Amino acid sequence: MLYFSKIKIIFIVIFTIILTYLTSSNFFKFDDNFVAKKIKLGLDLQGGSYLLLEVDNQPVIVQRLQNKLSSLRKYFKNENINFSNLKIENNEIISFKLQDQFVEKFTSMLEDKNSSLNPYYSTFNRHEFDFEVNDNEFNLKYSKYGLIELKESSLNQALEIVRRRIDEVGTNEPNILRRGSDRILVELPGLDDPMRIKSLLGKTANLTFRFIIQSEEPSFGSEKLVFEDGSEEVIVSKRIILSGDNLIDARPGMDNQNNETIVSFSLDRAGAKRFGKATSSGIGKRLAIVLDGKIISAPVIRDAIIGGSGQISGDFTFQSATDLALLLRSGALPAPLNIIEERTVGPDLGQDSIDAGILALIIGFFLVIFFMLFKYRVFGLIANTALIINLFLLVGVLTLFEATLTLPGIAGIILTVGMAVDANVLIFERIKEEIKIEKSNIIAFDNGYNRSKTAILDANITTLISAIILFFFGSGPVKGFSITLGVGIFTTLFSVYFIARLLTSLYVIKNKNKERLI
Amino acid sequence: MEGNQINFNKYFKKFNIFSISFVIISIFLLFFKGLNYGVDFKGGTLIELRATDDQITISQLRQSFLNMNLGDVSVKEFGKNNDFLIKFEKKESNNSNLIGEIKQDLTKSIGPGFNFRRVENVGPKVSAELLKSGIMAIALALVSMLLYIWIRFEWQFSLGAFFALFHDVILTLGVFSLFSFEINLSIVAAVLTIVGYSMNDTVVIFDRVRENLRKFSDIKIFDLTNTSINETLSRTIITSVTTLLALVSIYIFGGEILKGFSFAMILGVIFGTYSSIYIANPVLILLNVTQKTILKEDKN
Repeated sequence: MLYFSKIKIIFIVIFTIILTYLTSSNFFKFDDNFVAKKIKLGLDLQGGSYLLLEVDNQPVIVQRLQNKLSSLRKYFKNENINFSNLKIENNEIISFKLQDQFVEKFTSMLEDKNSSLNPYYSTFNRHEFDFEVNDNEFNLKYSKYGLIELKESSLNQALEIVRRRIDEVGTNEPNILRRGSDRILVELPGLDDPMRIKSLLGKTANLTFRFIIQSEEPSFGSEKLVFEDGSEEVIVSKRIILSGDNLIDARPGMDNQNNETIVSFSLDRAGAKRFGKATSSGIGKRLAIVLDGKIISAPVIRDAIIGGSGQISGDFTFQSATDLALLLRSGALPAPLNIIEERTVGPDLGQDSIDAGILALIIGFFLVIFFMLFKYRVFGLIANTALIINLFLLVGVLTLFEATLTLPGIAGIILTVGMAVDANVLIFERIKEEIKIEKSNIIAFDNGYNRSKTAILDANITTLISAIILFFFGSGPVKGFSITLGVGIFTTLFSVYFIARLLTSLYVIKNKNKERLI
Repeated sequence: MEGNQINFNKYFKKFNIFSISFVIISIFLLFFKGLNYGVDFKGGTLIELRATDDQITISQLRQSFLNMNLGDVSVKEFGKNNDFLIKFEKKESNNSNLIGEIKQDLTKSIGPGFNFRRVENVGPKVSAELLKSGIMAIALALVSMLLYIWIRFEWQFSLGAFFALFHDVILTLGVFSLFSFEINLSIVAAVLTIVGYSMNDTVVIFDRVRENLRKFSDIKIFDLTNTSINETLSRTIITSVTTLLALVSIYIFGGEILKGFSFAMILGVIFGTYSSIYIANPVLILLNVTQKTILKEDKN
């Protein structure tokens, strides 16, 4: 165990130098692309916001069922199928009755793989809808895979919109990731007040232009809506003249006539055409501009608007006009998003945590180093050298993988310092025992290394198991801890078995005849 | 076999009574007093507030927060004199501007001399998931250790290690329950690390027990474990000391956020060291492990 070949020594030295170089790149600037890498600081250290959003798919399901209902009605009419009782039950089941002679034909249509009413997903080997037939009554319900498909598509759309909205705000290196089947994780480094982003993400931004109907009570095809400021309640037609999808641009601006803040927008060609037609036939009517179920404003149409652009007024401040324009530009979310977890750390707390963590690291490090020197003298020096190199290796590996360092991660490094000497202690204690029964120093050291191997390996593997479990179950800061703890085990074993052993071997071979070497 | 050994095993019965009663007390505490879950596991909102205005007092803050109708609000001092920790369980869940409103209300009642250093807001769904995954992680860790030791040693050893780990985890949680210290995500991390550390300690002694079992066929397990503990004792002490040095340094200098974590770890290291000697090894004695037990393993 004490013999090292030249090649091995060169390899150890090179490896150590590379990682030390990587470590130092965190503290000095090099003009060199290889070490452009840096450890990232977690949100708890650099300050920032962590938001977990959940897509609320219920409205999407209801919307899709309603669309399905209209396609069914259309289909029945086209095919001259007599139906009755077509309705949605409990917001999840479409039910209807058919006359007996159509049951078989319609059933086979639903089972057809090319059916447009019940699309077939070949990846899952299943249709969008499951159905059951009792006599002549049909019940259609989303199949498990239909729901997966639906969630998947609304999550992907939502991700895209969230990304656009955050990009428009222009924060520093945001991190936007999907989590599971219906969640989005947003990390915003450096942001200490996420209020604006939260309010931007909290809005679906579903914009529609609809006529106000002069009547007292809503009837079929219209609904009662409130103004955003709560001032008025009116009946609005459900027929949509324009929606947010028709917008190609939206900007905040000033109305020169009355000095009011407005949002001006321009429409795509189809939208411009429809808008022109509707406004020219509706002169004198009030056009409601509805955002997420609330009326922003409802101007009276004086002229046909045919240019494909227009403006929205409505008691805006410049900030709220900017935000509305931003929301309209980035598009509507397919479904509402709920913020189900938020963690925000201010930059001053982050800096305090870094300072405290580094102070604890330095003090812990010196306490351990002095203790080892006191206990083992020369070998304490060897163990300490290995410990210092271990630290460099650990930070170097973290840099190489551009890992994220969190406050618990720093604690993990300090803990590694405390536990790293364990392997050397095991070896040294074993050597002490061996020296009592063995005359030759070299053989005693060799046996010491050999016979402590299994204990060291087992002991480190158990810690590694804990670290791996933490990595998979932990989130954010705790994950950072598991990374440093886990990487620390490997760098510890390297520094003990290559560096400390190399130094020990040099020392022992030189002093092989000395009594009471350790 | 040297003469100047400490006879650890002489006391193992007495210590076992101690251990068992402490475990029972801890389980009682966990059942009847329960744990003081933080927002991570209970859901709700946590605000760390720093008063830059010296005039702001804790009672002023408490009164201001009570006036906001946030339900059960707790306001505590946190570390330095002018840092406060405010916690409450929010009733309605869908107000994305809650924090903004609180800030406004607070500015009205105590002036602008404060800032929010940290805000954590965990919904009920997420906190339930975090709690579930925390419990799963600890259970998984215990089971993986059980399996690992079974593979590397024999079932008698793995049972001993398991009891030792169980003891450490239950006692640590018991102390947290007794003093109503907060349980959050970092405590779960600490408990998992304790599992790893305590296992570490146990494995080193077991390794020596196995080695001695192979060497000596005529020594009873009672004396054999005692010898093994003695032979590894200096290592056990030195490693515990260096680990504790590192942990105490985190506890004192690492800031408020790491206090709970390092405290749990300190407890865990002490319990872990104790349990390796007085729980893991007595199990080997009770199961009457002999040379045969491991020779069977060697043949395989």
